[in-house]
Amino acid sequence: MSEMRLEDKLGTAWRKPHFIKTPALRWGLIAGFVVYMIAAVLTIEVDWGRVYEGLDRGAAFVLAFTSPDFTSRASDIWEGLFESIVMTVAASVVGIAISIPIGLGAARNIAPLPVYVVCRGIVAISRALQEIIVAILLVAIFGFGPLAGFLTLSFATIGFLSKLLAEDIEAMDRVQAEAIKASGARWTQWINYGVQPQVMPRLVGLSIYRIDINFRESAILGLVGAGGIGATLNTAFDRYEYDTAAAILLLIIGVVMALEYLSGIIRARVQ
Amino acid sequence: MPVLDQNGTQVWRRRTGRESLQRWFGWLLGVAVFVYCWQIISASTTWFFVWDAPRIANDIWTRATPPRWEYITQLGRPIWDTLNIATLGTLISLCLAVPVAFLAARNTTPSALFIRPIALLIIVSTRSINSLIWALLLIAIIGPGVFAGVVAIAIRSIGFCAKLLYEAIEEIDQTQVEAITATGASRWQVMAYGIVPQILPAFAGIAVFRWDINIRESTVLGLVGAGGIGLQLSASLNVLAWPQVSLILIVILVAVVISEWVSAKVRGAII
Repeated sequence: MSEMRLEDKLGTAWRKPHFIKTPALRWGLIAGFVVYMIAAVLTIEVDWGRVYEGLDRGAAFVLAFTSPDFTSRASDIWEGLFESIVMTVAASVVGIAISIPIGLGAARNIAPLPVYVVCRGIVAISRALQEIIVAILLVAIFGFGPLAGFLTLSFATIGFLSKLLAEDIEAMDRVQAEAIKASGARWTQWINYGVQPQVMPRLVGLSIYRIDINFRESAILGLVGAGGIGATLNTAFDRYEYDTAAAILLLIIGVVMALEYLSGIIRARVQ
Repeated sequence: MPVLDQNGTQVWRRRTGRESLQRWFGWLLGVAVFVYCWQIISASTTWFFVWDAPRIANDIWTRATPPRWEYITQLGRPIWDTLNIATLGTLISLCLAVPVAFLAARNTTPSALFIRPIALLIIVSTRSINSLIWALLLIAIIGPGVFAGVVAIAIRSIGFCAKLLYEAIEEIDQTQVEAITATGASRWQVMAYGIVPQILPAFAGIAVFRWDINIRESTVLGLVGAGGIGLQLSASLNVLAWPQVSLILIVILVAVVISEWVSAKVRGAII
């Protein structure tokens, strides 16, 4: 803020301060943005005739939500949904169990440097690789079926949970941990009574959130053959059976909403 | 405080007997569910493939290395498409998310009884369905191509952006709004001068954060035919051109790392 005397400002109209204060940077960003937008819009090929034709199908799909068909493919739907839930549960349990030691290792104030580097490396790899790409590779290696999906979700859970857990441990109150240490606690006791109580509420909250994400992701793993409801959904779209697709989407939304509601209750109880 | 009597001396216990029994049964139930889920996964797995997996993985690795570097000349256009899908999708979703967020926030919604639930429903339903599923749906409706990808990313991001934004709106400092109202400002002026300046940093942060996520998601949208570098990935996978696959994976990793770096820098500058 440039120093301006009150007398100079008196009499001039007030102007809204800009969000980006340097004028050169502001105009540069605006100009760059406009140029990019023109280039982007010009290079996107949109077949408007095809889009116009599709509007009818879009309307048919939206209408399908008013009469979802749960019955005619009932066995496929329930089987897929059940498999998705099974994968979610198993992968969340294994993922959370593995991510706790890795999270401890990735916290700089607990782990020695070599362990820290290794654990951070695992977290970085797991976060950089997309679930669906991991699933493609694992399906190629382990064959079709829920095992590939289970491994994918576990792997993704490790990256997510370890990183956030490690950040939480790094931000913990050192005084409490030191007090436990001063009482002559072993390393395991120190973790259990000095560190764990401080991070537990957040860990529970994040775990529940991750279960929610895992379920949502498990819905698409079927597209590449890794089990779950995605395969059924893909088939429904391919056969233009919008009412079945609508039923599956409604089920997914329903489960996600139920999980979110549950996580709200659990987080309120823990915190 | 739960205490245990041991030979006349009182020993501190963390939980009462009843509580620890409850927890024990909780753990038992959890383990039973996990074992059951694992059995189902195991039953639908061909274990021969799993035992054979190291050999297959080794085989794929030798096929995939070294990456076919000269193929990168054909990847320029797909990368540009991917960038466009993410950026245009984010922009469109922000335009749609702002009104939804204002309708969903408790302190700005015109009607908490009728409009707020609708806005919340939009947020939940767009958030709980993965962008790949949106892409599948849009391809069935408006045909394959970059445009379907843009719209899929846009729809998927509405819920995310609107949720974070309405939480930011609900956390604003009400005294500033009151001060603007006291000057006799209209409803729109209150919004423009009392609310918007307070949420602008949060808004910019959310936009960049979502853009970063969208870059990740748009790299795989091509797997279902919605344009971008994923198209090349799925084409290479279909003809088992592993050297090309490994090059594409490297390019995707680099793109993800760069976008994460940009987003961290911008968010660091804003907040």
